[in-house]
Amino acid sequence: MSDAQLKNLEEIFEQRIANDEKIEPKDWMPEKYRKTHIRQISQHAHSEIVGMLPEGNWITRAPSLRRKVALLAKVQDEAGHGLYLYSACETLGISRDELYEQLHSGKAKYSSIFNYPTVTWADMGAIGWLVDGAAIINQVPLCNTSYGPYARAMIRVCKEESFHQRQGFEIMMTLCNGTEAQKQMAQDALNRWWWPSLMMLGPVDAESVHTEQSMKWKLKRKTNDELRQQFIDQTVPQADILGLTVPDPDLKWNEETGHYDFGEINWDEFWQVVKGHGPCNKERMNARVGAWEKGTWVRDAAMAYAEKQQNKKENPAKAV
Amino acid sequence: MEKKWPLWEIFVRSKNGLEHRHFGSLHAADADMALENARDVYTRRSEGVSIWVVESKNITASNPENNGELFEPAQDKVYRHPTFYTLPDEIKHM
Ligand SMILES: [Fe+2]
Ligand SMILES: [Fe+2]
Repeated sequence: MSDAQLKNLEEIFEQRIANDEKIEPKDWMPEKYRKTHIRQISQHAHSEIVGMLPEGNWITRAPSLRRKVALLAKVQDEAGHGLYLYSACETLGISRDELYEQLHSGKAKYSSIFNYPTVTWADMGAIGWLVDGAAIINQVPLCNTSYGPYARAMIRVCKEESFHQRQGFEIMMTLCNGTEAQKQMAQDALNRWWWPSLMMLGPVDAESVHTEQSMKWKLKRKTNDELRQQFIDQTVPQADILGLTVPDPDLKWNEETGHYDFGEINWDEFWQVVKGHGPCNKERMNARVGAWEKGTWVRDAAMAYAEKQQNKKENPAKAV
Repeated sequence: MEKKWPLWEIFVRSKNGLEHRHFGSLHAADADMALENARDVYTRRSEGVSIWVVESKNITASNPENNGELFEPAQDKVYRHPTFYTLPDEIKHM
């Protein structure tokens, strides 16, 4: 293909997206579109899968059966989200095994928030309320993104997220209405999860390199800073209802802008965690890679059994 | 070297009276496991009453590059649509 032809195809492609047409797997697409989508969708899938680990930590110790079934169902949903997204990603011509390989080797990233430890039961409340809350803000605009399989996966994901956030808030509310020690536990969880949740919405706009292209492809509808402001504006009144204090001395309602002003985010911490030096990066990867490796014999056995059944069907005479 | 679980396409009928619709795909060792996995992945909230699984490699798909010759011929056959025919305004129920 000549450069002129390629440029022409690219223009037609961009025009289709501008007209709100969806791109489907077999459609022609620029290599950069394919690569960017593989990176973003797989990163998203990895986050869902690794995101099961911090919460999985508390399933056996949930304080009641009601809490246990809810937490189990939530963690199972996150597995489902990962699977919807991996299969959407595979339509771009990359195999599941390559995707896992990228996660396990550290080549692919996942959301930095899952590298923080879950040390008390209140963390299950804070994660549902804040982390799933921030995820919803990130994900809702993606239901309308340009790549069809990604948009369809996101619609399914978003339908399921609302329960995640509500069960988390209910945990926080129960603790806040409990004993002084329980309320302190809730406050401590908010103290630890607040700032990482703000970081979860991504670097400040000035340092976010892909924003312009992502906006064009509808991988992004609002900038990171806009999303962060939205998250803060909707979450602070919820903390007030709980009677908890958001751990930011600079947090203040600004009558003029109609938004909350907030303090400086510690971006050094964010980049440290992204680069692998967070409190639990190693632990998370060990758990993930360990599960995959220890499962090898199960996958092999299932495949051997499937082949045997198939042979029996094809040659019933030979079957013993 | 392990053998990879093949990819399956999942179709779900959400309730009787409706057609099966493509929901997504997943990996499984065989059709039985694909059905079980599809139940867990795609119908956790009563989204379906019937599931079909088809190994992805058995699907033949049209190529969007041929959309012109495949689908454009229908565009100039306006006489296939009721609005092509002019009737007097007094005619009712037609
Ligand atoms: Fe999720
Ligand atoms: Fe969630």
